[in-house]
Amino acid sequence: MADAALSPMKGTGLDEAEQGRDMVLVDRVTKEFGRGEQAVTALDAVSVRILENEFFTLLGPSGCGKTTLLRLIAGFELPTRGQILLDGQEIGHLPPYKRPVNTVFQSYALFPHMTVSQNIRFGLEMLRKPDAEIEQTTRAMLSLVRMEALANRRTDQLSGGQQQRVALARALAPRPKVLLLDEPLSALDLKLRKDMQIELKRLQNETGITFVFVTHDQEEALTMSDRVAVMQAGNILQIGAPKEIYNRPAKRFVADFIGDINIIDATLGNVTGAKGQVTLPGGASLTAYLSDSSISQGAVSIAFRPENLRLVAPDDAAASVIGQIENVVYFGSGSNVHVRLENGTTVVVRTSDSIGALDARTGVEIPEEHVQVLVD
Amino acid sequence: MLAPVQDTSNETRLARARRLRDVEERRTRRFLLAPALLVIGIFGLFPLTISMLYSILTPGTYGGVTWKLSGEAYLQFLFERDIFDGSLSLSSTYLQIYGRSIGLALVATIGALILGFPTAYFIASKPREQRNIWLFLITLPFWTNLLIRTYAILLIIRDEGIINLGLMSVGVIETPLNILYTDGAVFIGLIYSYLPFMVLPLYASLEKLDFKLVEAAYDLYANRFQVLRRIIIPMAKPGIVAGCILVFIPGLGAYITPELLGGGKKLMIGNMIALQFGSSRNWPFGSAAALILMVVVMAALLIYVRNAGKQGAHHG
Repeated sequence: MADAALSPMKGTGLDEAEQGRDMVLVDRVTKEFGRGEQAVTALDAVSVRILENEFFTLLGPSGCGKTTLLRLIAGFELPTRGQILLDGQEIGHLPPYKRPVNTVFQSYALFPHMTVSQNIRFGLEMLRKPDAEIEQTTRAMLSLVRMEALANRRTDQLSGGQQQRVALARALAPRPKVLLLDEPLSALDLKLRKDMQIELKRLQNETGITFVFVTHDQEEALTMSDRVAVMQAGNILQIGAPKEIYNRPAKRFVADFIGDINIIDATLGNVTGAKGQVTLPGGASLTAYLSDSSISQGAVSIAFRPENLRLVAPDDAAASVIGQIENVVYFGSGSNVHVRLENGTTVVVRTSDSIGALDARTGVEIPEEHVQVLVD
Repeated sequence: MLAPVQDTSNETRLARARRLRDVEERRTRRFLLAPALLVIGIFGLFPLTISMLYSILTPGTYGGVTWKLSGEAYLQFLFERDIFDGSLSLSSTYLQIYGRSIGLALVATIGALILGFPTAYFIASKPREQRNIWLFLITLPFWTNLLIRTYAILLIIRDEGIINLGLMSVGVIETPLNILYTDGAVFIGLIYSYLPFMVLPLYASLEKLDFKLVEAAYDLYANRFQVLRRIIIPMAKPGIVAGCILVFIPGLGAYITPELLGGGKKLMIGNMIALQFGSSRNWPFGSAAALILMVVVMAALLIYVRNAGKQGAHHG
């Protein structure tokens, strides 16, 4: 039954050949808070499959439902409708302590009345593991997160990064089938965050545990994930590998949310397969990818990344559009050049080349393989 | 010999300035404490000194004391003097009263803890704006005098009271349950009187409990009972201790409750002391009994505070 709902593999970032074993299967799950008239829908019939040993990220702005989805998998919330399967078992209505799933909380939620190693042992003790195993696993976890030296410290004596490591070790110690991470890096400063991103990836590789990671930071999502689900207003808009999400955004929201992008109006002409003929402002024409086969001819939005564009002379044959240099924003490794087209739209070009003077006329080359026609 | 180093580095000067500021702050704090110290001095230490003095004097014939030093009051606590030859023999009469009082106060404290904990947890888990209403309801009994509230309990639990009449009309019992003038009645009265003193400190510590910790424990395979035992109770420990102290100490010295509900048949410390200043006309013994009670309670508290202090040091 679950498979019937999810059978079209298109748009999930998985090729038929790439499919592994399903670890988490969320099947048309709806979550409403409140009752009757005041009910708020946090998740609207969301379906997603997460594979064994995958680093899967739920990405979206606050209030998009990503944390609710995570809490449903953890068992802190129960679904209003729909099923959640973990490794083939329906777990949607089990309490959290009966699910082989552990969580790293945004605030870490370390037990302040326990030491580092007592925190790590807690889950193992609750599972009534033999003492020898508890000792051994605790030591292994301490070394996995490189916290051996601080094993007997109280958790309130630790820095943010150290607390983070303890929270990870505590959640990994019982060897859950899935590790849920609720924006665990958001409280760290930039430098530490970058280090922890690499650290998390290392931990996932070493333990082979499926990670489900929640974040609103698109860069973080692209850096670490095998696949990303972009969410908005209780729905999943697109699921795919980071490159796919970045290069081939399916919807306007996804394009806008991830990275810098130019979105301009254009006209769609003939459609052949997955591509269509697009007429740009100013009359030039190119063949662009369609993000969805349902897009019909007429007025559309097209999207392309600033780093894929090139400034050319106005009379160059390669110039797709022509405009005036309105503004130049320098950022170290290059500059963002804002070019104002004749119809008033601004296109941003990222370049490290020399740039003409302000107000100078310039052409912008838009390579057609980088252009995507969007669904609103 | 080297010339003395003029230590005027910036850090030293900063440290000196900080020390000066600390001294000033301490002075301000002491100033703020002065009114309270004055009140405690006049109304606390002064009467205490009088009690100490009276406890080593001789009882007057019609109450009061005569100015003759005597250790009799303290001897009387443990020994009985033979009326004829004046010899001393061990007597446990007063120890029994102390024992019963401590027992009743302990049981009442445990009862209040068992009743108060879920109450405090319930209030702490309510949305912030609702909590004040619940707290107000908890403190509502304080708006009426304890004596009147105790009479109210008396009316409820007496043979012709609501409980007995109700149970009899339903047919559960045929003859009224004898509740009034038993230890049970004192127990009920003590719990009722001091329950708010248990709930309030419990609430104060449970309110600070981060609910994420409870979620984390559930997530780590702890069931409800284990969450309570391993997370909630340890986190609420300061509140539990404060609540127990606040119930146990006044419970131990309670006067009105055992007098009215216990019927004065079995003495508690409070009534025994009152008796010495009333019909027994033995002020020195009353003073001694009160001081012994105070020393016992203070010793228990000191031992606790010392232990808690050791644990607190680990907290950092």
